[in-house]
Amino acid sequence: MEKAEFEPRVLAFCCHYCAYAAADLAGTMRIQYPPNVRIIRTPCTGRIETEYLIKAFETGADGVLVAGCLEGGCHYTSGNLYAKRRVQYMRDMLEEMGLEKERLHMVNISAAMARPLADAVTDMVETVRKLGPSPLGLRIGDCGLRIERDAAANPKSEIRNPKLEKTS
Amino acid sequence: MIVAERKKIPELLDIVREHQRLLVLGCGTCVTVCLAGGEREVGIISSALRIASRIQHVDLAVEELTIERQCDNVFIEQAADAVERNDAVLSLGCGAGVQAVAERFHSKPVYAGLDTTFIGILEEQGIWTEKCAACGACVLHEYGGICPITRCAKRMLNGPCGGSREDRCEVRADSPCAWQLIYARLKEIGQLDKLRRIAPPKNWSRSLDGGPRLIVRQDHRI
Repeated sequence: MEKAEFEPRVLAFCCHYCAYAAADLAGTMRIQYPPNVRIIRTPCTGRIETEYLIKAFETGADGVLVAGCLEGGCHYTSGNLYAKRRVQYMRDMLEEMGLEKERLHMVNISAAMARPLADAVTDMVETVRKLGPSPLGLRIGDCGLRIERDAAANPKSEIRNPKLEKTS
Repeated sequence: MIVAERKKIPELLDIVREHQRLLVLGCGTCVTVCLAGGEREVGIISSALRIASRIQHVDLAVEELTIERQCDNVFIEQAADAVERNDAVLSLGCGAGVQAVAERFHSKPVYAGLDTTFIGILEEQGIWTEKCAACGACVLHEYGGICPITRCAKRMLNGPCGGSREDRCEVRADSPCAWQLIYARLKEIGQLDKLRRIAPPKNWSRSLDGGPRLIVRQDHRI
């Protein structure tokens, strides 16, 4: 794939109480942010485990954004502070694996901060665009095949591609 | 419990790079509790190996499995089929687990994915401390339940050394002086007189210095 054509795929884990609501507000306010981002709502960023982050990269994400509440403003008191440590752990691990740690980033925003959320998403997409595609070399459509291959290698794996299962 | 740490991914990849099909085998006992080699860590390390191998163009398929206990043949047996269909095993058990698995499967290379570190306890969430050196001749009754072998940097049986600052060890400032702890504890339980006794040199032949240790219980033999 030519670098000029490269459109980053960024996964955003957004806390239900802040970033997800901010994304909603951005929609209401008609604030544009790049469509490269796929948002996953989490009950709190403290719910995000290392496994989720690494699985995102393993299945082809070019970048992952974790968006939690402002420090001190977590609905569950300190979930965002736990997430901060996990993101740091994962960033170190990304470097161990040979990926750039900039591909994973955490931001703290409140539910009222629609513009900062849009800016954070834009920044993330641009950062990943500069870094280029994930060196795993997976393209859209490859992810399912890769998951299927891994599932075949690992019969106990809970990871399945529903699309492939439906057709079989 | 036994406490271990995961090896870094580049080291792990170097260990397994010559194989095409790898079984990452976790252990559901001590290393699960110390968050180093349980089912979750098997998933994380397997994903990391898949990513790293793909980036480095190493052909590697990784299978994941966690058994209840790697240091027990009854449980190791449950991994037989998975071991059979792979070229090698990366064990996330402690050193004993790795060796037990290797002894059971003669024809498969079994590698250690963790650095087994010490016998210790969970001090608080995410912090483990060393408490026992398995020296083979326990002296805890003499020292108010605080082990001078493990917790004194100089392993002094007749301490303190005189180098401690306040209640901190001179070797590591973030570590309490074991002898300060021993004194405080013996005072608390009214056994300070125990410190009047001069402890003789310890018999280290019951530790690793006497070679690998063996316990035989004839009353339990069948």
